[in-house]
Parts: sequence; C-alpha cells; structure tokens
Amino acid sequence: MPVKSKNIDYNDCVIDIRDVYKSFGSLDVLKGVNLKLYNGENLVVLGRSGTGKSVLIKLISRLLEPDKGTIEVLGQNVNAISMKEMQLLRLRIGFSFQNSALYDSMTIRKNLEFPLVRNKRKLTRKEINKEVETVLDAVGLIHTLDQMPSELSGGQRKRVGIARTLILYPDIMLYDEPTAGLDPITCLEINKLINDVQERFKISSIVITHDLACAKMVGDRIVMLLDGRFEREGSFEEIFNTNDDRVKLFYDYNFIE
Amino acid sequence: MVKSIKNLLLEFARIHRFLMRFFRELITPPYEFKEIIRQCYEIGWKSFPLISLTGFIVGFVFTKQSRPSLEEFGATSWLPSLISIAIVRALAPLVTALISSGKVGSQIGAELSSMNVTEQIDAMEVSGTNPYKYLIVSRILATSIMIPILTFYVSGIGLVGGYLSIISHDDLSMLSFFTQVFGAIEYIDVIAMVIRAVVFGFTIGFISCYVGYYSSKGTEGVGKAANSAVVASMFLVFLEEILIVQILSFFNY
Repeated sequence: MPVKSKNIDYNDCVIDIRDVYKSFGSLDVLKGVNLKLYNGENLVVLGRSGTGKSVLIKLISRLLEPDKGTIEVLGQNVNAISMKEMQLLRLRIGFSFQNSALYDSMTIRKNLEFPLVRNKRKLTRKEINKEVETVLDAVGLIHTLDQMPSELSGGQRKRVGIARTLILYPDIMLYDEPTAGLDPITCLEINKLINDVQERFKISSIVITHDLACAKMVGDRIVMLLDGRFEREGSFEEIFNTNDDRVKLFYDYNFIE
Repeated sequence: MVKSIKNLLLEFARIHRFLMRFFRELITPPYEFKEIIRQCYEIGWKSFPLISLTGFIVGFVFTKQSRPSLEEFGATSWLPSLISIAIVRALAPLVTALISSGKVGSQIGAELSSMNVTEQIDAMEVSGTNPYKYLIVSRILATSIMIPILTFYVSGIGLVGGYLSIISHDDLSMLSFFTQVFGAIEYIDVIAMVIRAVVFGFTIGFISCYVGYYSSKGTEGVGKAANSAVVASMFLVFLEEILIVQILSFFNY
C-alpha cells in the first residue's frame, strides 16, 4: 500500500480500538468498530454526516463512554483508568474541534497559555511566552497574539485551535472535520499544516472528514465508516476502486466531472 | 407517567452528583484562585450600580409606605427601628438575591450554556484542565462570597434611603437615626442575614451553573438555560426564605 509518510512504525500501535459499540437511545451509531493507528501515521476516517465519525474520536478522548468494547491509547485502556490518569493521558492527545472551540472571552495569547499554565505549573512567564510564540509561529499566525477569536477568520481560528493543542506537544492528534466550512485555498493550507505537523512534531493523527481532497492529501491510510463499521480500508485509490454505490456516490459528488 | 417519575428521579440523582462533586472539587487542589477573584469582580463589583439603585429605592419606598400606618398611632418616631429590622431581617437578603438571580443567574446560565454549545467545555476537558473546578467551583464560590457582601451593602444603602424618606417629612439628625437603627438590631439579626445571604448566594450560583452546564445543545438551549437559571433561582430563594423563617421561629427568634 503506497503511503505518504516514511516515518510510520507499523510495529508500534498507538491507538487500538477493538469491537466498540455505541448507541444513543434507539440509534445504533457504531456497531463493532475495529481500528488501529500506527506511530507516525496520518489515518483518515471518511464517512457521511451522522455516521459516528466524531463519536469515535470523542470515545478515544473519553468525552463519551462506549457501550461495549475496548479502546487502548498509548498502551492504556481509556475506560479502565481513573479520571486522574485519564487527565494525564489527555495531555498526550491533542484534539482539534470542528468549530475550533476557542475560548471567546480570552485573547489568542490567553487561549494558548490556558492549557500550558494549568499543566506545566513550573514554567516561568518568559518560558510561557516563548512556547506560545513558537507554536503560533508554526501555524503562521504570530501577528494575531493579542487579538480576540471573534476577530479571526474561520481558517485562522482552525489554525489557532491546532496551535493550542500543539502547545502541549502531544503524541497523537485528533482532527474533527479540519476543513469543514472553509474555502478551497484555506482547505489546502490546513491540509498542508496537518502534514507539516505530522513531520515536524512527529505526531500520529486521526483526521475525521468527508472532504476527499483533504483525505487524499493528508492520509497515509484511509478507512471508511459505512453502516456503523469500517467496511473499507486502504489508500485513496484502493478505497474508491469499488462498485459499492455507497462509496461511488461519495466519490462522484466530490470529483464530479 | 412512570417515565416522567423516572426522569424526575434521574434528574434529582444528577443534581445530587453535581452537588457532591462541588464539595469534592472545592477541597482538592489545585485551586483556581485567579478565576475565583475574576468571578467575584464580574459577579460582585459589576452588580454594584444596579444593587445600589434598587437598595436605595426599596429603603425609601418601604419607609414612605410604612409612615401612614405608624402615623395613625402617633408612632412615626419608631420608623428607624421598624425599617432597620425589616431591612436587615428580610428585605436586604431577599432583594439582593432576587436582583442577583436576574442579573448574575442569567449571565452564568447563558455563558456556560454557550460554552457547552461551542464545545469550549469539551476543549478544556481534553486539554487536561478540569472544567468543573475552573468554571463551576469558581462561580459558585464567587456568588456565595459576593452576595453576602452585596447584602450588607444593600442594608446600608437601604437605610440611607429610609433616612432620606424620613427627613423629607420630619427633622431627624443622622446620628439619632443610626442610634435608633443600631439600638433595634441585635447580633442574631445580622447572623441570620448572613446565613440567608450565603444560602441564597450558593443557590443562585449552583442552579445557574447546573442549568448552564447541562443545557441542551443549540442556540435554543442557551436561551432556555438563561431563563431556567433565573426562574429556578428565584423560586428556590423564596422557598428557602420560608424554610429559614420557619426554622428561626422554631428557635423562638
């Protein structure tokens, strides 16, 4: 299978999801999901809206609990460890939200400082400032330091959201619809940023999306969530080399001729 | 019917867990001192203009309305004693709590609810910050501290309003007015006022945080949370007032 990155270690599985079920009331969203993420890999999860893609990454970071099954992150079963241990584990998992989820009452500087001052209490003011400037520079938005989130565009907000998670130097990044609602050029910039983050910070990522251009550009491997299960897995070409109408429609809409 | 009862019991269980978590998080480090001080400023200091006006009007109007009744018995000289007892025992804590329910309750309910809708609370959680400690404990503590302080302030400003109402009819020096006021108030009155204010402050903070934290998603949820915070806080304040009065009268107070 051709992959984009050369730094993937297939002997080191950083996320291992086994036979996970999740339902909301009578709606069964995930029906026995199995998935592995390898060290250094960018894994794209494709699927229609409402198929449980975001639920999956919320289960990984224990914002939700599965009905059944196990989720191991960096060797720890997230549903078996205490909340205190989970809080420590979360420092190694970055989560970029669909709507950025920036704290709108704080400046960009305060937004970035927020996780840092709470989790690395021994840092001096000078060190905090340096860290903030480094990650904001990495996403190309150093000039927005003292602006409020409401003053930024959608793409800039996404970048700041990614910078806020990078400030803790996580081992894993979870991106929830990173290009949703953005124009094609900004999408391209965000995709480049995801690849840059993978290479520069040596991070393994799960990218939730239904944007095929994004999937093609950032994914080392792609999985497709269909009817509550991962029914297709492989490279971009392998995924869409099928007669399955559910998959073909997805492709035809994105690359309509 | 059975489903409604089940839902009600589940809601009570969730409120109980929310309450127990508050006391647990309150005593365990790390402490969010900066956020508590910021909330005290937001909740307390920014309420001063509204509270000042309301407290003054309540004192002034209450004195004005009480005058005719006392005049019938030629007892207008008792006005300072009457208004001091009324303000300290009932009006100041109640007026402060009701104004705060409207101003502070809706603010907390809407703010937490919109943070919930925009996933800011989830963002805190996944970045290794305890959102309950940062958002909830700090706000409940701030209301429990600031509403008693505001209550003392309302008592003072209400008495000033009462004094101005009296001197618009009679000659009375400020010294003799306050001599009568402090002669009429006992320590137990002040203690009862503080107890009331702390209970009301805690209730307003707790209810507003609860409805905001567990609001349904969407913009409609924000409106509902703000509304529920005000209505539920006011209702509980009145309920607690009745209970406190009954408990105090049980002890012959």
